[in-house]
Amino acid sequence: MGLEDLVDSLGQNVLTTTVGKVIGWGRGNSVWPAQFGLACCAIEMISTATAGVDIARFGSEAMRASPRQADLMIVSGRVSQKMAPILRTIYDQMPEPKWVISMGACASTGGVFNNYALLQGVDKVVPVDVYIPGCPPRPEDLLNALMILQERIKAQGIVTR
Amino acid sequence: MSIEDASGQGVTITQTGERGAFGGELLTVNFGPHHPSTHGVLRLIVDLDGEQVKRVKPVIGYLHTGIEKQMEALRWQQGVVCTDRHDYLSPPINNLAYALAVERLMGVEVPPRAQALRVIMCELTRLSSHLVWLGTSGIELGAMSVLMYCFRERDTIMDMNEEISGFRMHTSYIRPGGVMADATPRFFDMLAKFVREMPRHIDEYEDLLTMNPIWRSRTIGIGRLAPEVAKVVGASGPMIRGSGIAWDLRKVMPYSGYENYDFEVATNDGCDCYARYLVRIQEMREAVKILGQALDRLPDGPVNVDDRKMLPPPREELETSMEAVIHHFKLFTEGYSVPPGDVYVAVESGRGENGCYIVSDGTHKPRRVKFRSASFVNLQALERMALNHMIADLVAIIGTADTVLGDVDR
Repeated sequence: MGLEDLVDSLGQNVLTTTVGKVIGWGRGNSVWPAQFGLACCAIEMISTATAGVDIARFGSEAMRASPRQADLMIVSGRVSQKMAPILRTIYDQMPEPKWVISMGACASTGGVFNNYALLQGVDKVVPVDVYIPGCPPRPEDLLNALMILQERIKAQGIVTR
Repeated sequence: MSIEDASGQGVTITQTGERGAFGGELLTVNFGPHHPSTHGVLRLIVDLDGEQVKRVKPVIGYLHTGIEKQMEALRWQQGVVCTDRHDYLSPPINNLAYALAVERLMGVEVPPRAQALRVIMCELTRLSSHLVWLGTSGIELGAMSVLMYCFRERDTIMDMNEEISGFRMHTSYIRPGGVMADATPRFFDMLAKFVREMPRHIDEYEDLLTMNPIWRSRTIGIGRLAPEVAKVVGASGPMIRGSGIAWDLRKVMPYSGYENYDFEVATNDGCDCYARYLVRIQEMREAVKILGQALDRLPDGPVNVDDRKMLPPPREELETSMEAVIHHFKLFTEGYSVPPGDVYVAVESGRGENGCYIVSDGTHKPRRVKFRSASFVNLQALERMALNHMIADLVAIIGTADTVLGDVDR
């Protein structure tokens, strides 16, 4: 059988899987982040989207300006008390299913700024799926977090939370 | 009519029923704080007559971090890490302002090699800061590919930061008393290569934008800032140099040995967004020039002041000298004390005059640290620049002010 025949016969094949796995595969490989930069980490987030590390390899280059079109919120930087309600509003505006990456020490714990102005961890206002340490984390760290999240989404299948 | 704003932050927008030029009611639009073009979390309350901007009221504080207050709780040498994080696009320049202020109060002068290394780091930072500005401004006005080119070179600079200090962005490399450590030979190789190649890359950016008809029509004549207005609002950096005033602290009040370098102060008489773009491009070229000169005549010698009361002893002395161990212990438990007094030191960052005012009461922690941030002051010019422009041009005008919200709110 020649190569062309083989390719032709592939079209006749039937693969069996579950709907959950297909949906998980699709969701996991097209996680669209909300374009939502807060502080220093936002610059590294932009860096992740550029040619050097290229987040497009993982299907997440489509940074959406509107939270209505986004699946993933990357909290990139420190969240002040004044910003917290707005952050929550943006999270509420995102359609289900949605995920949150807390990028950097400030978003995760408040970082070095243990004071009156900052929220001591964004998990006080939104549920966080993946935390990234670092101040700011390297772009590779963000990619790693995205890959961890993708594995989780793929395993999650059809179930929404 | 009074509307409580959506965020519930207590800012009330009052609509007076004021009429615009064509009889329509002025429309109040909330711009930000979550808006892709506000360079972070700037919020503007914009009054519109149709599409024309009639009033702009910035609402700041969405990134208020309490950095100045935090520094009062940290020892003098620990405060450096906070300075990195307020204007997060130019950490070494912030470090320098703080370090110079502390050094002036303590009456110490860093060795020539440390000064040259400081200049190198500051100019690299100015380049990376302008690159981020250029890339993001390009995106905002529809030139999507510029960002890719700018961040390619920015990543080269980040690699150099990593080589010299072990960290990409917040290097904390410049510290009171000198710098963190001497640069490695590999750093100088990287720098030499960078100085060789960067002018060609700046040409690339210019090829993409300078004669680009869309870029020109979105920036020429937009956001006019007359020289006298620029002076009145206290603008500095490319904002005032784009209005034709050659005010650069590196020239007029040289610090850290800037008087020894041969460079031009980039100015342009256009007073608009395009002029400020040209000024920044020219500044990038000048920064490469300074880097080349610094590399050529880098003096030898120590990179820190020889003061055991201020900086820890070298590692090898700890093995043999009891006194060194005592100094080390004192420095890392209590820190050093700075003589009482107050001092203001200003340096030229990518955004303008970045000043640091510190008050010491003679203890091992600052009594007060205050930053005069260029972004905050430059923001005052926003309304005057945006008046009677279209709302779409407001994006170009915010971009040209190059505000970093971490720097505005601190």
